Amino acid sequence: MRLQHCLGCGTCQHPLRPICVTCGRHRPDEVPAAGTGVVDSFTVVNRTGEPFVLARVRLTEGPIVLTHLTGIPDPRCDQPVRLVEGSDPPVFTGRKDTGSDDGL
Amino acid sequence: MTGVAIAGAAECDLGKTGRTILELQTQAVTRALDDAGLTLADVDGIATNGISRFSATQLADWLGLQPSWCDSTFAGGAVFEMYVARAAQAIAAGQCRTVVISYASDQRSARSRRLHAVYDEGTPEAEHEAPYRPMYPISYYAMVAQRYLHEHGLTRADLAGVAVAARERARRNPAAWTYGLGPLTADEVLAAPMISSPLGRLDCCLVTDGGGAIVMTSLDRARDLPKKPVEVLGYGEALTHTGMATAPDLLRTGAIDSGRRAFERAGLVPADVDVVQLYDSFTISVPLGLEALGFADPGAGLGATVPHNTGGGGLAYCHPGQLGVLLLVEAVRQLRGVCGDRQVPGARTALAHGTGGIFSSHATVILGVDR
Repeated sequence: MRLQHCLGCGTCQHPLRPICVTCGRHRPDEVPAAGTGVVDSFTVVNRTGEPFVLARVRLTEGPIVLTHLTGIPDPRCDQPVRLVEGSDPPVFTGRKDTGSDDGL
Repeated sequence: MTGVAIAGAAECDLGKTGRTILELQTQAVTRALDDAGLTLADVDGIATNGISRFSATQLADWLGLQPSWCDSTFAGGAVFEMYVARAAQAIAAGQCRTVVISYASDQRSARSRRLHAVYDEGTPEAEHEAPYRPMYPISYYAMVAQRYLHEHGLTRADLAGVAVAARERARRNPAAWTYGLGPLTADEVLAAPMISSPLGRLDCCLVTDGGGAIVMTSLDRARDLPKKPVEVLGYGEALTHTGMATAPDLLRTGAIDSGRRAFERAGLVPADVDVVQLYDSFTISVPLGLEALGFADPGAGLGATVPHNTGGGGLAYCHPGQLGVLLLVEAVRQLRGVCGDRQVPGARTALAHGTGGIFSSHATVILGVDR
């Protein structure tokens, strides 16, 4: 998962854009996401087929991404999660909240 | 005060009509003009959408008009409140004299309602959201609801009360889709099929045909027309996002800024408003909207006491894909005092608040009876 880090104002943003939308600086640096965050909110989608958990995850760097939660039977808001390595599209699963990024 | 008024308002046929969009549009426009004591020959401004790629032009052609002003801004169901602002400005500036704002949908008869998102190629949503298959728009509102319940220590049962209350109001509106269905219970709301948790089928607005129109002209001219003029006192709008992951705070919607701008323009505060028409796309939209507009503190919207959605709203009256124009129709009728069993006694100031997309666009209009 790729983010952008702006050297002008220090903001991280997602999705990638030609400018930093916080300060207007052109071509912010592309950086890899740490892969950790917390669940901002979620919904179990009962559509056709198997239900799935759609979620907004607030990444440790600040930006929010839309994703799925996997392996979390009873998700809750503010729960710490980590990126499932190698997942495509990227999805998240639970992690212990140790205040660091050791979930990776 | 804008010096511009709503002189006519009407619904087209509602529910399951078997009519086309243009037939319903014709009903809406001609009924609103009748209500205003005007005719098609008076119309020199048109604002509409949802007909075709060039909706205002299409409607003008269909009705045999060559207007000097039009607007087909497309920003979801909030846009009719935006049209009121644009029309008020155009009339005040002298670009046109009589504007019809109209909308109609045949979505129930045509079975054209889609539940999946439609992604425009090249947008960030097509790349970053489509792979996750959200239902649109409900999955966004569901995440808002989940966050709302989490932050305020509430449950689905609390939200169910919104649907119960909407049905109760629709029982006093003979035009409502659910009129005559009897009361709804919280248990029924909770037992309905879950669609995108925590929102079930009865947390969602209806899918019906329907629409309506309003006629706007200068307040001076409206005073010479048969019905009591309803003046546009203020308006405001706010656009915040299209993506499901953009908004930094799900509970801080654009209604906060839209409402504040409208109140500032009108020189009024929420306590001055007698009746509110709020876009109730889903149960969560009601408490959150009433809070954002200043009628309740954060987390207390379910207990707001201001009379609202008096006709039953999108949850129980009619939801033709975009509700915005019908919010204005009900607001006008409340201010004219013609709402019968559901009339808010002595209502002199009304607020209509439209929402579009996934809480993406917001527009607020404050109306008052001429005195």
